[in-house]
Amino acid sequence: MSALPSYATRGQRFWYYSFRVICGFIFFFLIAPIIVIIPLSFNAQNFFTFTPEMLALDPAGFSTKHYQDFFTDSDWQLALRNSLKIAPVATFLSVSLGTLAAIGLSQSHVPFRRLIMAILISPMIVPLIISATGMFFFYSNPYIPTPFGRIDLPFTLTGTYLGVVLAHAALGIPFVIITVTATLVGFDQSLTRAAANMGANPVTTFFKVQMPLILPGVVSGGLFAFITSFDEVVVVLFVGSAAQKTLPWQMFTGLREQISPTILAVATILIAVSIVLLIVVEMLRRRSERLRGLSPS
Amino acid sequence: MTLVLAADGRPLKASLNRALRRQKLRALMLIAPLLIFIMVSFVMPIADMLFRSVENEIVVETLPRTVATLDGWDSESGQAPSEDVFAALYFDLVLATEYKTHTRLGSRLNYEMSGISSLFRKSGRGVGRFTTDTYTDAIQAADLAYSDPAQWAVWMADDDVRAALPMTANIYDAWATMIIVAEEDVPAEEVPWDFVYTSLFLEVMEGAEPPIALDLSAVAPVSLRDQFADVDEDWLDPVVWQIVKIYSPEYTNGYFLNSVDRLKGLDGIEVRPENEQIYITLFIRTMIMSGSIMGMCVLLGYPIAWLLANLPARKANMLMILVLLPFWTSLLVRTSAWKVLLQRQGVINDTLVWYHSTWFGQLLDPVFMGLLNLCYALVNAITWVWNLINGIWGGTDGLYLDWAVAGFERLALINNQTGTIIAMTHILLPFMILPLFSVMKTIPIAYLRAAKSLGATNWTAFWRVYFPQSVPGIGAGCILVFILSIGYYITPELVGGTKGVFISNRIAFHISSSLNWGLAAALGTILLVVVMGLYWMYDKIVGIDNVKLGG
Repeated sequence: MSALPSYATRGQRFWYYSFRVICGFIFFFLIAPIIVIIPLSFNAQNFFTFTPEMLALDPAGFSTKHYQDFFTDSDWQLALRNSLKIAPVATFLSVSLGTLAAIGLSQSHVPFRRLIMAILISPMIVPLIISATGMFFFYSNPYIPTPFGRIDLPFTLTGTYLGVVLAHAALGIPFVIITVTATLVGFDQSLTRAAANMGANPVTTFFKVQMPLILPGVVSGGLFAFITSFDEVVVVLFVGSAAQKTLPWQMFTGLREQISPTILAVATILIAVSIVLLIVVEMLRRRSERLRGLSPS
Repeated sequence: MTLVLAADGRPLKASLNRALRRQKLRALMLIAPLLIFIMVSFVMPIADMLFRSVENEIVVETLPRTVATLDGWDSESGQAPSEDVFAALYFDLVLATEYKTHTRLGSRLNYEMSGISSLFRKSGRGVGRFTTDTYTDAIQAADLAYSDPAQWAVWMADDDVRAALPMTANIYDAWATMIIVAEEDVPAEEVPWDFVYTSLFLEVMEGAEPPIALDLSAVAPVSLRDQFADVDEDWLDPVVWQIVKIYSPEYTNGYFLNSVDRLKGLDGIEVRPENEQIYITLFIRTMIMSGSIMGMCVLLGYPIAWLLANLPARKANMLMILVLLPFWTSLLVRTSAWKVLLQRQGVINDTLVWYHSTWFGQLLDPVFMGLLNLCYALVNAITWVWNLINGIWGGTDGLYLDWAVAGFERLALINNQTGTIIAMTHILLPFMILPLFSVMKTIPIAYLRAAKSLGATNWTAFWRVYFPQSVPGIGAGCILVFILSIGYYITPELVGGTKGVFISNRIAFHISSSLNWGLAAALGTILLVVVMGLYWMYDKIVGIDNVKLGG
């Protein structure tokens, strides 16, 4: 596939180029919808399509008014603040607990390893609507049922930051587990033994030896967890209340009722965020490949 | 045979076992915090949902006495129950009205038979105006002690009196609790309400010994049955009582029956009337649409994965970014992009209109449209056969038809199944490409060359040599895409209109609008079982440990 040999027949040439054209169309399908949003967000009109002025590249056809709208509108600002409040805390929770558990899971003798893994990954597999339904029921109870009896709470978790954070942390955990476990596969356990041999206690060993080496996995797991929470709307719609309205929530209601052009400006900003995240993850991946002695691809 | 000993003098085997146990324990200690966290914040909520799909305590909690007396009623008799049951209903309903739970019970039973909700609301209002005050007046007239709240409290604390008047004691206790909880008053300072006197009257008439002898033979008995019938004739309808009796157990399969368009009838399980059947159709539609999305993803993802796997690394990495960017982009951004693109006045329709106005558009349109309509006809035929297999006659309505008939008009791409399928194919395509790519990466391209050098044509080499090796990747991608799409909520809600929604949208509707939480839980449980089955398959084929993210 890499290149067409000089002896290729006419049919082979035809197929070679038409295959590339087909692939080109599919790439176009993948990327065009995202790219189209960007110029549309600079529309001077409240339209969702290109105006003749825009197509003629007339400066009068473009404006940043939708961006101004986003940065001045109190609803959008509240939503942005909420998103920035909830996602980091949820990420911190899932990364700290998830890394610890992934290290535990990577040990050679773990009883019920498969079962534990299946349970920890399940928040990613169970449809969000089911998670949301369950959490909505469960978090609106003012108690936590345990086999030993109820633990009464002085509050319910629905409509609180804590409830949303807990729910989002649970959703982010599979990503942390998967990425950290993947980095731990390449981790040389004899390094920790060597550290212990030299008199380091387990905590020092962890922070001085193991952590720096698995950091890329932890960071990319954290990024996944962050974007999961930052992007999540189904669960927050069910568990949260208006006070926890996040950016995706505001977008969702905006899209459902009527599309306001501000959404396109927000979307463009979010695309920029995802490009930054993509670059960070890609750099981490290359770094870890380099460290493992693979030639960077 | 000598025992091998470790340095500390213990047998080596025991020492090893201890070390192993300690290691296991340490591993579990590391996992435990997360496991507990997931159990509390995720597994228990799901279990709670499963429980709610069968839980049905509301009838027996709201009408405990009625349910108990209803045991003696023969539901086959075709007659409304006797006076006893109506008396029990009177006590229960007065209490429920004070606690304001009767409307909740009414809406619960309304899921099973429409009209019950208003029956309960009406009766809740009417029950306070029953003519049972004649009993109260007669008893209070017979002896002044009966109108003294403190005296009542003393009697009801006396075990002898309680033993002589079991029903009145029970009703008085319920009343006292209600006075404390709902009215926030002190029972010993309140004259008991009419229904307490009613129960005393009924018991005395049956020969019980009150603390102070009463002669009530002159009082004309009030028929509670007639009182209820005066409020609403429906109380004499045996069907209402059958519903109450059917749903009196604490657990019910009613929600599950409801979610497969069945209902719990008088003689067992019945199929719902044709016009009330929606869920089976919705499940089938969810399956068909998820299947179509999965098929589209294979069709589009396979060439891309092949290209990425077989290009030189540098080029492949550049192109990989085009796959990863959508993967990292917010779901709502992509959904809003599609909403903007697919609208009737959106970018795609505008482009088509412009294209049609140009001369080559005029020239080529008939050809393209002919081809397009041929494709639709084919898809429609397949759908039709598929529906036939599933026992649905005809019914290709709208799946692809609105494109076909659209011709040169602006296409209806949104608020129908077409919109959902296009947008979700775009959203889930990276989930197909990434596993396919990681499998194809391991297939040596030399196999293809070997096949060709042995005389295979391009097609044979691909189909007999390459494709079979890529099947695990297709399997993994398909299951992943299917699992993800079957539970999607946001995208169908925004671009699906009424025809392009999934079962998850119905669940959300029952949670937030119709408030039929039990039905939502039952639908969710069925969906969960399907997904768990697929998850299990995925684990068998791919292994959960091998899930990779971001290429």
